[in-house]
Amino acid sequence: MSTRRDFLRTGAAAAGGLVVAFHLPESAKLAAQTAAEESKLNAFVRIGADDSVTLTIHRAELGQGSMTALSMLLAEELECDWSRIRTEFAKVDPANYGVFGSPVLQGVFGSLSVRTSWDPLRKAGATAREMLIGAAAQKWGVDRSQCRAEKSAVVNIATNARLTYGSLAEAAAKITPPQKIAMKDPAAYELIGTSPKRLDTRLKATGKAQYGIDVRVPGMQYAVVERCPVFGGKVASFDATKARAVPGVKNVLQISNGVAVIADNTWSAMQGRRVLKVQWNEGALAQASTSSIHNIFADLLAKPGAVATNTGNAEAAMPGAAKTIDALYEAPYLSHAPMEPHSCVVEVKADRCQIWAGTQIPSAARDAAEMITGLPKEKIDVYTYYLGGSFGRPGQHVDEAIEIAKAAGVPIKLTWSREDDMQHDIYRPASLTKFQAGLDKDGWPVAWTARVASPSFSGLQNGVDRNGVDGISSVVYSIPNFRVEYHPPEAGIPVGYWRSVGCSQNTFFAESFIDEMAAATAKDPVEYRRHLLAKQPRLLGVLNLAAEKAAWATPLPKGRFRGVAVVNNLGGFNAQVVEVSVNAGKYRVHRVVCAVDCGQVVNPAGVVQQIQGGIVFGLSALKGGITIDKGRVQQGNFDQYQVLRIDEMPVIEVHLVPSHEAPAGIGEASTPAIGPAVANALFAATGKRIRSLPIRPEQLI
Amino acid sequence: MAAIQFNLNGKSQTVDVAPQMPLLWVLRDTLGMTGTKFGCGLALCGACTVHLNGEAVRSCITPASSVAGKRVTTIEGLSADGSHPVQRAWIEGDVPQCGYCQSGQIMQAAALLAKNAKPTDGDIDEVMKGNICRCGTYQDIRHAIHRAVEIKGGAQ
Repeated sequence: MSTRRDFLRTGAAAAGGLVVAFHLPESAKLAAQTAAEESKLNAFVRIGADDSVTLTIHRAELGQGSMTALSMLLAEELECDWSRIRTEFAKVDPANYGVFGSPVLQGVFGSLSVRTSWDPLRKAGATAREMLIGAAAQKWGVDRSQCRAEKSAVVNIATNARLTYGSLAEAAAKITPPQKIAMKDPAAYELIGTSPKRLDTRLKATGKAQYGIDVRVPGMQYAVVERCPVFGGKVASFDATKARAVPGVKNVLQISNGVAVIADNTWSAMQGRRVLKVQWNEGALAQASTSSIHNIFADLLAKPGAVATNTGNAEAAMPGAAKTIDALYEAPYLSHAPMEPHSCVVEVKADRCQIWAGTQIPSAARDAAEMITGLPKEKIDVYTYYLGGSFGRPGQHVDEAIEIAKAAGVPIKLTWSREDDMQHDIYRPASLTKFQAGLDKDGWPVAWTARVASPSFSGLQNGVDRNGVDGISSVVYSIPNFRVEYHPPEAGIPVGYWRSVGCSQNTFFAESFIDEMAAATAKDPVEYRRHLLAKQPRLLGVLNLAAEKAAWATPLPKGRFRGVAVVNNLGGFNAQVVEVSVNAGKYRVHRVVCAVDCGQVVNPAGVVQQIQGGIVFGLSALKGGITIDKGRVQQGNFDQYQVLRIDEMPVIEVHLVPSHEAPAGIGEASTPAIGPAVANALFAATGKRIRSLPIRPEQLI
Repeated sequence: MAAIQFNLNGKSQTVDVAPQMPLLWVLRDTLGMTGTKFGCGLALCGACTVHLNGEAVRSCITPASSVAGKRVTTIEGLSADGSHPVQRAWIEGDVPQCGYCQSGQIMQAAALLAKNAKPTDGDIDEVMKGNICRCGTYQDIRHAIHRAVEIKGGAQ
């Protein structure tokens, strides 16, 4: 059965191949197809008569290495020749590729690519393998138990005869796979647990990897959008006279979100936008500022919130404590700021809509197209490309591009500027949280309360957005009376998922506050945590490993100070010990030792990359912050929104705990704990406790 | 509009564009060479780095008119097959994650090594700090630059 085999082809085999500058519509591609016939064994595996093995990657590759790790799961059981596999991104087909079995939702979030694919993809690989073995057994007229698979071939155990997968594929596709399929014993893994090279490296080191922003289709025009600088504002009127006079500008259109300028290249569209005159109805947020938003949060904290967690009776236990500690913590809104600004290509015709995009949730792109164009799902195609980072950023650019393409009547590439990206993001929510801890005469906690004010974005259950309190309500230190309350302030700033979600700010708060408790009774921060984690073997294990590898008990040279923090985010247990120095209000992180227990490791090198990357992301979160004035985001580009650069990069050492527990998500594991580990080290260095972010020099002097 | 002639990756190239149009958009939109990336538009992130007469420049703020008669090298022209020592070191070390900044990182690193045959970590930081990587590949970049020095010197 032939398929759209050379469309969106990526990966090892294509690495040295030609760059397809224009992506022809699929029908034209099929007509031009000359490649070998392919047989589809299931939704993830296709085998060509030429012995090619093509694996379908159903989770977007945004740098997290899913293309390589998911291929490893398939290939391990398929017994194919790893050096010759090809990959392609899946089309939107939630029936086969949905998340957690959802019939409608297909995408990447919650660090789920590997952990939810561990069983299904190994099974898909094993099923295809058994079909190929069945086909070989038929040809040889032997029982299938007389055959084994290796390196893209089936071997006749008795005769040593070999039939390649390519020669078996057509027959294999007609075989009903056996009901019961034996999966490999972990001891026999040849790929899982090893670190083969990433499949996308060569493409990315030669400029050939195609991102959403790189797509070009025939007849395409280039669009940019002027949006209201105030969230929720609308176009009152606009004058496009000057914009239309800019050479290259083809069209100026009002869309629901603003005014689109369309030109024959991106730069001309940007020039047209600069001279576009728009009058805005700025709406309800026109006077909002960071301080007015802070006041909304602070007012809520004066009142009891919805109960998120309640064990024991903290209210009753607190008065009996020998000592109480109070602290108020605050974290700002943050932008995702991936390196690829939003971009998307869309063509809308009377009977068809095609979308070429990098997006974490391709099914949402199809849903948006259905809504905006009125076309049925089967007439909408979404082609997924590499993403230049993403970190939880949603795909609102796709909706805009569909609307523009529909109105313009030509294929449109929409590109956001960096300023658009930073000022019209869906932000990591700000949070204001107050804590109280009651300690007994020996310094151990008898009660802990936290009251969180942080905008909700993922729905309330009994008044609580789980993502607003995750990282505080999930604290597992042994504290007999423990209560967490939650308020969802309505501040009007769009908020949503951001790498490590609630833990990104809440672990900063909780792990700093635990450090305050240790410091209040002059206890060693590692010893204090060990005592309270006695019944948490995996957290205790990583804490002990990180402390050992960082030589916690050994004094540092003068001027260097350590801090520690631990977290379990999505099953990625990790502890981090950092070394810092401080000079005239400026701090430097020199070294990070991170011990990780994430269960079965599929690709150790990939895990190390994600741990390093998550730490860098968390270090950036100590530097940057989104602030609001007159309803507008004040940061527009990387001069105003600081992120970590190479000259601030610490040495990061990652130590993995061997495990055969089910694999955890790893992309968001290490971001939460680095911030508090640094802040705790800064406390050790200066005696100053960092309770609000970003860290400013005056906090350290 | 103006006809601007320059040498692109070893071949003569003429484009008819607005003189102020940044080289980045000439490459990406006019010529369809998308290996050079748009990141910030203000020379703040380094994703658009190319070589102009051998020097690393930010193509997002380099007007087309200013490259007339000069040599422009992009990631597509650094080597025909990924064999430049910096690319070999990047591939060997599996440096890229999302990869979007890596064309710029590689072009910046190649320009560094052309001037400084054996940079220290301090030299690397000084030259590479203009190139942002949000995936956090900086440690691997440092290692890869040192490795590229070895490869360039004939080590395998």
